[in-house]
Amino acid sequence: MEVCYSLAIIGVVAVCTILTRALPFLIFGGKKEVPQLVQYLGKVLPPAIMTILVVYCLRGVSLLGGSHGLPELISVVVVAGLHIWKKNILLSIGIGTICYMMLVQMVFV
Amino acid sequence: MKSKNWLFAFRQSIPVMLGYIFLGFAFGLLIQNAGYSFVWAFLASVVIYAGSMQFVLVTMLTGGVSLLHAAIMTFFINGRHIFYGLSFVEKYKKMGKAYPYLVFSLTDETYSVLCGTKVPEGLDEKKVYFWISFLDQCYWVTGSVLGALIGQYITFDSTGIDFSMTALFVVIVVEQWQEKKAHSSAIIGAACGILFLLLLGPDRFILPALICAVGVLVIMRKRLNETVEEIGK
Repeated sequence: MEVCYSLAIIGVVAVCTILTRALPFLIFGGKKEVPQLVQYLGKVLPPAIMTILVVYCLRGVSLLGGSHGLPELISVVVVAGLHIWKKNILLSIGIGTICYMMLVQMVFV
Repeated sequence: MKSKNWLFAFRQSIPVMLGYIFLGFAFGLLIQNAGYSFVWAFLASVVIYAGSMQFVLVTMLTGGVSLLHAAIMTFFINGRHIFYGLSFVEKYKKMGKAYPYLVFSLTDETYSVLCGTKVPEGLDEKKVYFWISFLDQCYWVTGSVLGALIGQYITFDSTGIDFSMTALFVVIVVEQWQEKKAHSSAIIGAACGILFLLLLGPDRFILPALICAVGVLVIMRKRLNETVEEIGK
């Protein structure tokens, strides 16, 4: 383990990460008026990003092999169902996660 | 007043707490196994603060990649962050002193919690946003350091605990779905996500999917604009 090399790599990753987060603000943040198109995207983009993030989380699921994505499907339905029913974020996430852990550790081993 | 801002932010951040402490723990354990002490885990989680990227970081450190390679990898893995900022540009401009930190700490999870947060009247939006972002990073750093310090002594089977992040995103999708009359945006996102996942595979679909979703939303702007008022803040 080389200290300087490790520090340099961490530094590069940190700077590039900050750049990806700051880019839109660097481009549009300074101007007085944010362009109409960006304002529009600010409103319609979040729901699209959230569904893409769900797909992103489930990207490793294989429908053809293993457990055919059943633990994921069941747990997502449990989370969504609980949330529609009780509207309690902690309950939905907590029960959903426990459900998933039990499924992958005990049922679909 | 001050404590109220903090308390509200704390409650909003709880869903991230569980996931970040466990994921951070996993990262700490991983980097410790690669021969780096908790000081390194702390450093990485403070200055980088990006979940999946830090896991890749460990493989890069042990693999001895070049700095350029590290930079390119980071842009590919974290490129999705550009789109979070895009939807927060207007809001964050009014955030004053907290602005730089809010931009720095805009992770997937913090972004989704902030998307789902409606600050009640009487509370200071700037402070609430700052506290949510800061607490989230505290959870992450705490988890990382703990993982590096005590991870090797713990035998609890935590397989599947990372599902808490998936659950968080599912909850936000449900909430957005219920409060908005126009669902086109969520459907476009899901369609682009699934399409590109099938086309490009799990490792490199997210950026093209995001770009495609933005493209479709821009093309459909005229039609969607009529419903934008209902799409919300």
